Formats: sequence, structure tokens, C-alpha cells
Amino acid sequence: MSPADDGPPALLSSEDVKDILRLLDGLGFGEFTLETGRFTIRLTRAADGGWAQQTQVVTGPVAAAEAAAAAGAPPAAGPAGAADGTWIEDKGHALAAALPGPGPAAAADGGWREIRAPLPGTFYRAPQPGAPPYVEVGSLVGTGTVVALIETMKLMNPVYAGTAGMVSEICLADGQFADSGVVLMRVAAPSPAAG
Amino acid sequence: MLHRILIANRGEIAARVIRTCHRLGIETILAVSDADLDSQPARLAGRTVRIGPPPPAESYLNVAAVVAAATRAGADAIHPGYGFLSENPRLASACAAAGLVFIGPAAEQLALAGDKLAARALAAGAGLPVLPGGQVHDPAAAEALAAGIGWPVLVKAAGGGGGRGLRPVHSPGELAAAAGQAAAEAQAAFGDPRIYLERFVRPARHVEVQLLGDGDRVIAIGDRDCSVQRRYQKVIEEAPAPSLDPEQRAALHRAAVAFGTRLAYRGLGTTEFLVGPDGGCYFLEMNARIQVEHPVTEAVTGLDLVAEQIAVAEGRPLRLGQADVTVTGHAIECRINAEDGQGRPSPGTVTRAVFPAGPGIRTDTGIQAGSAVPPWYDSLLAKLVVSGPDRAAALGRLGPALDRCEIGGLATNLPLHRALAADPEFAAGAVDTGFLERFAARAAAGAGAAHG
Repeated sequence: MSPADDGPPALLSSEDVKDILRLLDGLGFGEFTLETGRFTIRLTRAADGGWAQQTQVVTGPVAAAEAAAAAGAPPAAGPAGAADGTWIEDKGHALAAALPGPGPAAAADGGWREIRAPLPGTFYRAPQPGAPPYVEVGSLVGTGTVVALIETMKLMNPVYAGTAGMVSEICLADGQFADSGVVLMRVAAPSPAAG
Repeated sequence: MLHRILIANRGEIAARVIRTCHRLGIETILAVSDADLDSQPARLAGRTVRIGPPPPAESYLNVAAVVAAATRAGADAIHPGYGFLSENPRLASACAAAGLVFIGPAAEQLALAGDKLAARALAAGAGLPVLPGGQVHDPAAAEALAAGIGWPVLVKAAGGGGGRGLRPVHSPGELAAAAGQAAAEAQAAFGDPRIYLERFVRPARHVEVQLLGDGDRVIAIGDRDCSVQRRYQKVIEEAPAPSLDPEQRAALHRAAVAFGTRLAYRGLGTTEFLVGPDGGCYFLEMNARIQVEHPVTEAVTGLDLVAEQIAVAEGRPLRLGQADVTVTGHAIECRINAEDGQGRPSPGTVTRAVFPAGPGIRTDTGIQAGSAVPPWYDSLLAKLVVSGPDRAAALGRLGPALDRCEIGGLATNLPLHRALAADPEFAAGAVDTGFLERFAARAAAGAGAAHG
């Protein structure tokens, strides 16, 4: 018994699909499309004689009458990585392959350069919970300095400065979500006079 | 008898569990974060209940929110899938307190399996071979222990597992510092600073045995090889494990059943073993949940493991005896992930999703054209499972099946899988856990040479 009037959008089982394919093979058809109010399935014969399928559930989700989100206050916001433990792996293994540097950081007004998020994800300032941050305002960085981590799809991705200078602003709080391309930090270019 | 199950998970495993529930006539409620309100599994489920914002700590890892959602939706049980809260004893206890059935083992069994040192001790007590090693009580004293074990050693966190909390150490000079740092990290990540050492065996294969228990009787449901790994994450799995001699296979199954029996295990679980170059088998850990790679076992046994899992959670005795489990043919699973050629994650929106169909082919997925692939969760998009009367037949299906997969809108590791399916070393079978890194390095060198 389904709670919804029409029931959930039961898809064809893989056995159903195999039966249809057997039929199509016997009839020599190369394509089959079935559309119902709940789903569509399209079967197409590939060049090698095998079949490919595209399935689309067209009914929207049915929300239960009452949202339970209010129940149980979310735990204090902390590094999500700590909860699933992704922080602890040996860094040589845990870190995703080095991301291409953001390229020469665009010089903004007054010699500021920006370090942007290379991927969407959660911004962390330290290699693991409780560890000192990679950089603080005032830290000197070089092009290859790791200044933060972005956790995307459970992988810790190092963020490189991509420029040399002094960190003048850290724009996000630790543990905050950053969309791809968001400015994470600003770096003051070394003044030629100071050299 | 369960009538309405809340599924506290997402992606392909949510869709997978929903499918079996509906086949069994069980209503489904899917717990969803704000990032998954319109996911494919949300559309497949009978109903959805919002449990919180996208970050896992505020939704899929929030025990109170998950239990409250189940209670309010009138569910009589919670299926936790894998990952997230699936092995968290607090969810099992909270279910018991709320009068809900937790579809998994008892809280004490989860706690024991989750404590890798306790599991190691239990395995040794049940007569299973374990790697030489032991707990490090004092980083300074670790060197004497390591000298007894033999170099190199692996520093492991008691609260880790599944490739988390591992640190290889190759020489005595690095050990004290590595042990100290590992303990501090283990405290921060798992709230448990205990660490232990084990001999670091290479080359090694990763072979695991599927268990099913009803709290009284435990049976083995075949084995799997999961040696094709990158950064300790499995990429390809197969059943049965290739190139084990019959005595070795029987010994592994006996060891796994002995461990499960000692635990009086109830539910689906997997005991993981390391198989060394000399053929020696050593207990590694137990995963007290359904595994990502369970479909390869289903393909060669004809069983629906989720249905069996639900049946024992209902309190029924096992419906199968050991003699009823027969393994026929061979199956190979490819994990299709949203990641580029270098293993970098690739969240985004799926614009096209085409999968192969036909005899000996199964695809488990939670995406369709238009699906969001959010940055907060793991990168698994789909599992392609091919099977045939033997390994060669399954491999023969793999390449053409992969060629028919098309996922648009984001980068995937389909090119890696296609290259692996055509690789002679993989085709020969019984590769070790270092194979994929070597393969990737070779592929990168080849690409460099081609461009140079």
C-alpha cells in the first residue's frame, strides 16, 4: 500500500527491461520509448548491438505532511569533516590531486590580489580541527603556499595562494560554504619599495 | 513485519533500498537535506521528510533530526544505508529508545566493530589470523614494538577504519613523531586518541567476505575482491575474488563466520581481510552495514541482500542455510564517480544520463538528467555491474557496457574505467592494492609522451 493516491512512481524493474529488450531484439526495432505519467524510459540500440537506456522519473517528490527539521537542534556548527573523519587521513592520500593554481591572481585596485575558491565546498583554515590555521592576516605567502582547504565531495582540496604577498583579509569564517570563484582571501602585493 | 521504513541516506543506495521496499510492499519515507529535496530518490520514495540544511553534520549525521523525522512520519524502522549514521551506535540506541527498528546490528555490536582495536582482539580470540602489531600506549615506546613487528609499519587509529586514520611509517626515526601526531589527529577526528601499529604488508590484496546473521546463526555469502583502490577508496570490485585457491577461500569464509558467530552478529556485515604476497590472510576490520559493492554478490548469488537484511531486522531467523548459498559466474562493479582524470571532484548538474541495459548488466544510480550533484556529499554517481558465466565473460561485457554510458554536465571517471577494462594486468586478475596508482602513473606518463 502506498501512502500517495497514485503510489510511488514504480519504475520498470530490470527484469521488465530485459523482457522488453528480448521482444525488441526479436522484432528488429532499434528504439523504444515508453512514457507514463510517472516516468519515461527510452531504450536505444547501440552500434555494437547492445542497448542503452535513459530513465527519467517525471513525478515530483511528495513531501510528508510535516517537516521534522525543527526537531533536534543541529549540532554546533563545527568542521563537518570532523564528523565523518575525512580530516585524519594521511595527507598524501587524503588530499585530492593538486588543483591547478587559480592562475596569476587578478590584481584589484591598489595592488590587492584575490585568492578565490577553486571549487565549491566548505572552507577550512587549518589542516585539521584544533590545528593552527595555515595563515593569518599579516602572513607572508608565496605562489605555492597552501592557505586553506576546500572540502568538496568529502575530499580536502588545498587552496594555493597563486600570488606572493601579505595576507590582508580573510573573507570567510572557518567552516563556511564557499561557492566556486568566491573570494576567500585578499593579498597585498609586496611593495616594490619594500624589497 | 515492517510496514513503513524511513531511509536515512541519499544517492544510489537510497534508490536501491527504495526499490526493494516497494517490491516487498513496504512504504518508504526518504529523509532529505535541503540539497536533495528534488533528487531522483526523492521522486522515487513514497514520501520525503526534510531533515536539515545541506552540510551532513546538520542533516544526514544529525541523529535527533533523523529519529524525529521517522517518528513524525509514522515509520516503524530506519534503514541507514552506508556511510553517514549507518555504523553509529547512537542512532541504533536512539531508535531503540524511540521504539523504532534499526535495520542493522545492535548498538553494542556497532560499537565493537567500530573500535578497531577491540575488533582485532575479538578476531584474535576467535582464532583469526591478525597482522603482527598492537596498541601504542606511549609514542616513545612505539619503536620497540615496531622493531618486533618489522618495518615498515602502519599507524592506525582505533576509531578509524575504511582507510581513515592510516599512516605508513618506513623508518624508526619517523615513528615517535608520527605516532604522536596520529594520536592527536585521532583525538580530534574520532574523539579517541588510541592508536596501534600493524605490519605494513605490500603488495597486498583486499578480499572481504559477506556475512548475514540473525543473532544466532551466521552464514557467509561469498567473497569479493576490492583491490582496485585509489587513496584507499575502492574503484572496482568483483565477486568472487579471483585466483584464490579453494582451501584459501574456504579458510577465509570459515574465519569470517567464526568472527560473526563470536559477535552473535545480527544483520548484514562484511569482514575485510588482507591477503599477502605469500598467500597469508589476515583480519583487518568488520564493516557492520551494507557495503557499496553488495551488488556483485547479488549478481553471483541471485539474492536480494537488502531484503534479507530487512528480514533479520524484523526478527526472523535466517531464511537461508550455508548450503543454500551458491555462487554462480562472476560479476564486476565499476564505481562511476563525479571526478576528473586526476581524481579531483566535479560537482554540478547532470545534463544527460545514459546507461547500458541488457543481459548481465545492472546499473544502480540516484541520478537522471537534471539532477544536481552537490558538493557536500561523496562523488558516487552510479555503479555499473556486469556479470557472466565466468570472469572472462563478465570482462567481455564490461568494455562495451562502459562505452554505452554517457553522463553529461560534469566530469566523470568513465575514461579511467574504460582504460582499466582494456588493461591486460587487470584482465589477468588478482591485482594488488598498489595496482591503480601504478596504472594511473603509467597512463599519465603515456599521455605525457603522446603530447611530447
